[in-house]
Amino acid sequence: MHVDIYHRRRECALKVLELYHGAHAGHIASSLSCLEILVDLCFLRMRETDRLVLSKGHAAAALYTVLSLSGRMPHVSLNSFYAEGTLLAAHPPCGSSISAIPFGTGSLGHGLGLAAGLAFSQRFTGCSFQVYAVLSDGDCDEGSTWEAALFASHHQLRNLTVIVDRNQIQGFGRTEDVLNLEPLADKWRAFGFDVAEAAEGNDFESIEAAHAAIARRIGPGCILAKTTKGHGVSFMENCLEWHYLPMTDEQYSLAVAETLTF
Amino acid sequence: MRREFSDWATAYARTDSKFLFLTGDLGFMALEALREEMGARFINAGVSEQNLVAVAASLAKEGLHPLCYSIAPFLVFRPYEQIRLDVALHSLPVRFVGNGGGYGYGIMGASHHALQDLAVLSCLPNFECVIPLCNEDVAGAADYMMQAPLKASYLRLGAGFWPTEFGASQLFAPVRTLQKTAKPKLSVVGIGPVLLNALPVIRTRPVDCFAVSVLPAVDLPEVFVESVVESGALWVVEEHVGRGGLGEFLCAQLARLGVRFRFHHSHACGYPDGLYGSQMYHQEASGLDTESLRKTLKKLLNSHSP
Repeated sequence: MHVDIYHRRRECALKVLELYHGAHAGHIASSLSCLEILVDLCFLRMRETDRLVLSKGHAAAALYTVLSLSGRMPHVSLNSFYAEGTLLAAHPPCGSSISAIPFGTGSLGHGLGLAAGLAFSQRFTGCSFQVYAVLSDGDCDEGSTWEAALFASHHQLRNLTVIVDRNQIQGFGRTEDVLNLEPLADKWRAFGFDVAEAAEGNDFESIEAAHAAIARRIGPGCILAKTTKGHGVSFMENCLEWHYLPMTDEQYSLAVAETLTF
Repeated sequence: MRREFSDWATAYARTDSKFLFLTGDLGFMALEALREEMGARFINAGVSEQNLVAVAASLAKEGLHPLCYSIAPFLVFRPYEQIRLDVALHSLPVRFVGNGGGYGYGIMGASHHALQDLAVLSCLPNFECVIPLCNEDVAGAADYMMQAPLKASYLRLGAGFWPTEFGASQLFAPVRTLQKTAKPKLSVVGIGPVLLNALPVIRTRPVDCFAVSVLPAVDLPEVFVESVVESGALWVVEEHVGRGGLGEFLCAQLARLGVRFRFHHSHACGYPDGLYGSQMYHQEASGLDTESLRKTLKKLLNSHSP
């Protein structure tokens, strides 16, 4: 693994923390959970023409940061996060104001259908690009996600890769207590996806291995990235409350210190 | 109108290579010729309306011209969130065609009726509802719908032939004058084929009659506003619930213009007796059949007499 990617990850994590602290906003742990997935996509994997749909729109700060620091979101200042009159709200914006964000999301269950549509459109436009959809555990509760899975599989959309940020915590409890998703890999397989598990979903080598494992396929692929909510900040890890809470100044200092030594 | 729509779509598909037809697994005995004509561009997305709309949004995003088809309530209510967020708020030109607006599916029951569709769709940004008056209107209405490059739209199909005793049917337009009298005592406005029930009733009576076929109707024509000013009385006929439909829309528009008028509203009342039947059965229960409208008109003209 290229050593620079770890530097990039740290740079992004610090920026994410800075944004949330400055905005006195929540969803920090959700962004940290999928940060490595997004860093891998935007710094290593995606060509300029490839598309990324963040279905778990509540991790928008991670998306904005990674897009910006990878040069995919010029002309929009991260400092406007949460400001009055901003494009960078808590969830990604609708419209075409930021070309790297094809669709605004936020209510769960939208991303996979949109990603499937983008992948499917190539049958008619002749364009060629990869589509990546990053889903949360909560996304997997939504019926629309499974409608889209059926569609992607039926049409053998091999240019579509779903990455589930499987941190096992959703809005108001642990996923297996709220609405049991397991056996999730078998479910995606049963829906016609080639599935790989990234056993360490916050580890770049594990993510790379999962992508490699489903590279040779005839239909859509799915990576179940077993992540840790709040990854990299010890007091946030695996804690439901950090889906919502903003940081105090003291907590921010602690989070930054841990990130610098991570 | 389904046959007319299918004919239109089959012809349109030959002219627009970017046109994609997505159905939610409906079209038996209606869309077979279209499917044959379009080949791979005819996509049966299965009974999955939320995904149907999401996929269509992305197809539009990539510069294609998708049209989503299903029974009206299936197309509007189940995937409403996708219509709102994925389509309307992204200003994507996805076209929706719902068959069986109002009580069109009759004895099929409440699940198949669309009585609130215009209310929930016409309030969306970048969105227009197109409602043909009669079967003869469908091609013109569909062309109108496809011509708005940056807007999503919803074509509400019903059923009803233009009555030949009124002469030839007019070309499709957002608002049309069907009858104009010298000194109107009442201005009648309707939307969709239910207005055809009123036409035999108003003929030879001192009333003006207008058909609205696009909601929201941004600009009310002068002839209509003048009619209401002159008559001082507005009667709206629609196969849609009262709240959020044409009647409330016109009242608000006219009030903004400072027009004073008495208002009567004949609209779908849901299922007042809790029972089900044909479209005509439900129209009668809501006072929307020709005989009920005749009685209403008589009452209105008597009450509005000086």
